[in-house]
Amino acid sequence: MRHLLSTRDLDRDAAIGILDVAEDMADVATREVKKLPTLRGKTVVNLFFEDSTRTRISFEAAAKRLSADVITFSAKGSSVSKGESLKDTAQTLAAMGADAVVIRHSASGAPHTLASSGWIDAGILNAGDGTHEHPTQALLDAFTMRKRLHGTASRGKDLDGLRVTIVGDILHSRVARSNVWLLDTLGAEVTLVAPPTLLPVDTNQWPAGIGYDLDTAIADDPDVIMMLRIQAERMNAAFFPNAREYSRTWGLDAERLVRLRPDTMVMHPGPMIRGLEISAAAADSPRSLVRDQVASGVSVRMAALYLLLSGDREVN
Amino acid sequence: MSRERFFIEGATLVDGSSADILISDGTLTVGADAKTGSQDATSIDASGLIALPGLVDLHTHLREPGYEQSETVLSGTRAAAAGGYTTVFAMANTSPVADTAGVVEQELSLGLAAGYATVQPIGAVTMGLAGERLAELGAMAASRARVRVFSDDGMCVFDPLLMRRALEYVKAFDGVIAQHAQEPRLTAGAQMNEGALSGTLGLAGWPAVAEESIIARDVLLAEHVGSRLHVCHVSTAGSVDIIRWAKARGIDVTAEVTPHHLLLTEELVAGYDARFKVNPPLRREEDVQALRSALADGTIDIVATDHAPHPIEAKDCEWDAAANGMVGLESALSVVHKAVVETGLLGWSDVARVMAQAPARIGRVERGRPVASGFRADVVLYDPNKTDVFDVDRLAGKGVNSPYLGRELPGRVLWTFHGGTATVRDGNPIAKDEAASLAKESEQHG
Ligand SMILES: [Zn+2]
Repeated sequence: MRHLLSTRDLDRDAAIGILDVAEDMADVATREVKKLPTLRGKTVVNLFFEDSTRTRISFEAAAKRLSADVITFSAKGSSVSKGESLKDTAQTLAAMGADAVVIRHSASGAPHTLASSGWIDAGILNAGDGTHEHPTQALLDAFTMRKRLHGTASRGKDLDGLRVTIVGDILHSRVARSNVWLLDTLGAEVTLVAPPTLLPVDTNQWPAGIGYDLDTAIADDPDVIMMLRIQAERMNAAFFPNAREYSRTWGLDAERLVRLRPDTMVMHPGPMIRGLEISAAAADSPRSLVRDQVASGVSVRMAALYLLLSGDREVN
Repeated sequence: MSRERFFIEGATLVDGSSADILISDGTLTVGADAKTGSQDATSIDASGLIALPGLVDLHTHLREPGYEQSETVLSGTRAAAAGGYTTVFAMANTSPVADTAGVVEQELSLGLAAGYATVQPIGAVTMGLAGERLAELGAMAASRARVRVFSDDGMCVFDPLLMRRALEYVKAFDGVIAQHAQEPRLTAGAQMNEGALSGTLGLAGWPAVAEESIIARDVLLAEHVGSRLHVCHVSTAGSVDIIRWAKARGIDVTAEVTPHHLLLTEELVAGYDARFKVNPPLRREEDVQALRSALADGTIDIVATDHAPHPIEAKDCEWDAAANGMVGLESALSVVHKAVVETGLLGWSDVARVMAQAPARIGRVERGRPVASGFRADVVLYDPNKTDVFDVDRLAGKGVNSPYLGRELPGRVLWTFHGGTATVRDGNPIAKDEAASLAKESEQHG
């Protein structure tokens, strides 16, 4: 794998390949020595133009468990925040001998630009770009679902027929986009539920059903319900009247929770705002896979880094 | 020393006929009489070449004063000459903004000194393009620059009352308001056309309605106060419908389309290559087709380049951070050739109309006249026969932010005559010192 920019670029075999390697990585985590020597001598740069402690720590842990040298560039307090261009930063990293760059950026397409610019030869791993994609999040979500479905027999399997409902701010969500493409590739059926203001104007070509009503979606008995975070800035931009109305209409509250099957998977990419899009009861219920998602994150990111950095680099 | 004279043998005129052309003392002689005065003239074999009137661009960003790292009047008019233009209307969004007589007169003088093309300044509608108070419209109109076109281009004159007043006020001197139609609230943070693709790419959408709603409002205002309105860079099928309706109703509105909106679609944004970032954004294939038809049926009056040069670093970055705009002067004629001539929608006489005569008429300048005896010698010789990959050598301004680099485009401007001076010879713009000294010389000759 040369880069990991988008789940849209992954075909079924490639996606399952990553998930299977992630299974191997998860096995490592159960051993006493949690470290592999695989990427010794390789340099992984975490280039975070946007704050995200959770994702950054997850990538750092993944790289370290593979024995890579990790350099973290955070926007705050570095030249990056003082207007240094993406190009200059990339060329600096290239001069430092970065083998892989994990980039989080507020601009959609920034990882794509980095990968196609010729500024740097490293493998580029998209750790979330604007409102575009967040491929490792979708991969860890798929990994978590597959694990719950198939347990230790997960290797080689897809998500055929799994019915997944994603609820919340689809318009601004890179997690939703990456999930829609990947879940479809893996054979799952996706339904998106949101207020119409928080859906893109034209989703005709998306391999997903669209609904506005959460209760109808719950009555349809989904296998997975994934709640997305509502960001504070949406409240003041007329996407919906107020937090109370949003929570009442599109929140997974205790009452809706009991209408789900006991084995319905409740997921959330985090960080959660308890009481808004998800109630504490739902977040902490036995149906909730939120903690499994975090654990899967490290395994999936180890797999992605491993596939990016080991073996011969394909030329493209 | 007398001025160089040119004898152009066997050029094809826009009506398809063939004729000799003599250029002498800045004036044309076309037809049998041309040969008579041709002794000592530089002879040009024009068989297979089309002689078009010198092109007139109603929408050029020359960037000077203030943004000389992007373009200067000299480099921008050299790009104009390379593209076959002999007159360019310079947009007002310079620094300082062209909102006083002093700035527009400076612009005019810079154009005269450079010598590549006539620079006709456009005045700002509002002070500093801020959309709050009217600029000195009357003073600019009365200045040496004789400003008739007023525009806050880059910004929309959004306040409906201010727009009404501006439309009314410029009637006093036969002016026109050229509106950059963009509802600002609907386009806050907008990055590309809003539709299926923007949703997939995760780029904030620039909805067609943000253009169409302003055009609808403005044509109604123009009707109400009986004023002349020009709509810049129309980009959507819906806008075409509104303008068609307004014209049928007798409203005095004219409209322009850019070459890039006639050829390129939003699909190009998918690679996040910032060369394709422009405002208004590239639209859908349906829009491109509607714009072509509108140009063919006269709903859209002219092609204007919206030539918008930027330094390399403004495009060599992530999409969100990149500047809007493309250079367009050098490629415009070839793009129009490809988009509407090769497709059979326009003939060469139509091209002369939409790229020379009509823009001159809208801007109230005595330019864009036919290639005929007695007229000012503003002429382009265009070779329509060969198709080449458009490369950076074809660019003659400072900006290299062309969306056409690496694409095949038909045709090539071989000679441009500006008031009888050859500013492009055999495909190459003349040196800047030569352009300046020839300009001085022709001024002395009157
Ligand atoms: Zn404009």
